[in-house]
Amino acid sequence: MTKNRKHADYRWTPGRILTFAVLCIYALLILLPLLWMFISGFKDNQGLFLDTWGLPDQWRWQNYTNAWKVGVGQYFWNSLLVTGISVFITLLISSCAGFALSRFEFKGRTLALLLVLGGLMLSPQVSLVSLFKMMQSWGLYNTHLALIIPYVAYRVPFMTYLIRSYMLSLPREIEDAAYIDGCNTWKVYLRVILPMSRPILATSALMTAMSCWNEFMFALVFISNDDLRTVPVGLMNLRSSLSTDWTTLMAGLTLSALPMIVLFFIFQKQFVRGIASGSVKG
Amino acid sequence: MKIYNNKKMAFFFLLPALVLLIVFVYYPIIQNFVMSLYKWKAFEDTRVFVGFEYYKRLWNDSVFWLALGNNFLYALISIVFQVGLGLVFAAILEQKFFRRFQPFFRTVFFIPSVISMTVVGLMFQLIYHPSIGLLNQFLRTIGLDNLTHAWLGEKATAMFSIIAVSQWQSIGYIMLLFLVAIQKIPADLYESADIAGASSLQKFRFITVPMVKETIVMCMIITLIGGFQVFDEVYVMTAGGPGRSTEVLASYLYRAGFRNDEMGLASTIASVIFLLTFTMTLIQLLLSNRKEEA
Repeated sequence: MTKNRKHADYRWTPGRILTFAVLCIYALLILLPLLWMFISGFKDNQGLFLDTWGLPDQWRWQNYTNAWKVGVGQYFWNSLLVTGISVFITLLISSCAGFALSRFEFKGRTLALLLVLGGLMLSPQVSLVSLFKMMQSWGLYNTHLALIIPYVAYRVPFMTYLIRSYMLSLPREIEDAAYIDGCNTWKVYLRVILPMSRPILATSALMTAMSCWNEFMFALVFISNDDLRTVPVGLMNLRSSLSTDWTTLMAGLTLSALPMIVLFFIFQKQFVRGIASGSVKG
Repeated sequence: MKIYNNKKMAFFFLLPALVLLIVFVYYPIIQNFVMSLYKWKAFEDTRVFVGFEYYKRLWNDSVFWLALGNNFLYALISIVFQVGLGLVFAAILEQKFFRRFQPFFRTVFFIPSVISMTVVGLMFQLIYHPSIGLLNQFLRTIGLDNLTHAWLGEKATAMFSIIAVSQWQSIGYIMLLFLVAIQKIPADLYESADIAGASSLQKFRFITVPMVKETIVMCMIITLIGGFQVFDEVYVMTAGGPGRSTEVLASYLYRAGFRNDEMGLASTIASVIFLLTFTMTLIQLLLSNRKEEA
């Protein structure tokens, strides 16, 4: 920071105060509903009806434990399982494909690249019916595999794209040295390429985790057992089963949103990098 | 490196990705088209060939056109708010004066994008709730009782209420894309504009907007495509109601296939979504290729 910075750039003017106010109002529009959801989770219905804006008369942690017990807990573990496995397989497959597409010279490489990136263009809605039929005839309908497989398939194109771009930018000296030392391709991939790609793998893992944790449509159609539901669809069930127990529902909603919010706060840099490197939404 | 000429090895590393994509991403699209030519049920094995019967039926189906119209409305409003406000917010936060506040606002504006649509949707269902909802309570507090609505329960307001939730969720995301794009603009452009005495508005109009034109086009197309893929928010908040007033293509697909068990009709709607989004993506690709060549 230079000392002789232009003061005019940093002075409060009426226009800037107004702009700042607009930014603050929009920030409030985002934070207030979330805060309201969090705080309402501690109230009883009466408190919610009579004093929507106020703090609860007492902090009912039992709403949160109750929401966890009546379903959120089970959905949570299901989501954790499905997300964890999906992330792991997605990274494995994408980093292999990224490695092949960033290093190897072979006929048909452009075609392979197009085939992988082409997956970015296709929306999951279109495959909903066919995948449903497929999962059913393979006996996977109503199992977690029915979610993991399409999650991985739809995340691989984007993650391969991210990982490949990163691998292209890696210096070649270390892997060359490893080959001279007698390592084979597999070892170089495992011991040299993967460790050096750690930053982009972290970014990819976060982005994949976020989309799997939040995915709704496949989870709605491919799973019919309540015990197997992941969080987003489970919450819909929770809403029906809690009917007018709004405050427990809000506690459940808060619990479900927390993991991703916490991850985002911890790994903001990785999130931003992922979004910056791809123009693909979701 | 000679070692990288090993075709078998390359194939070995690529195989899992290719198999997965062909079987679970490409093939279902073809299969979907085939299945749209048959009349069939979800849990029965028999199917009857009907040709383009379902396409004809959709063409004469008022709900289909209503849903398509809702998708258009969705896309249009999203382009105005997400791309428009996203760009304006990004430009403001990249100004020297506001840059010190950028980390805070960037973080806050982005939070909704990491929360699932179910949580957001159910939360807004409560916010829109006629009696306990924040929105109506707020309107009553400031004395605008006559503006209160059963937001999701009235045909006139339901669609707009859902679309508003989407804007709430996604503006921060698009803003982030613009922040990255604006940061790539050479600083000396702004410096010389400062020397010439340009106002912030002039700098926005004559430097920022032209320099991030590509990102604007890209974001518009992403949002447009997103508008035709909408499902979660509609399903969570209204499931297409009241009546069919908030039906969109994807929710109609779901209703046709998994509620009414008309799988052929569902496949047909899926084909329509495919044609629409595929065309738009092709346009996006052509535009971004042109950029790379230039």
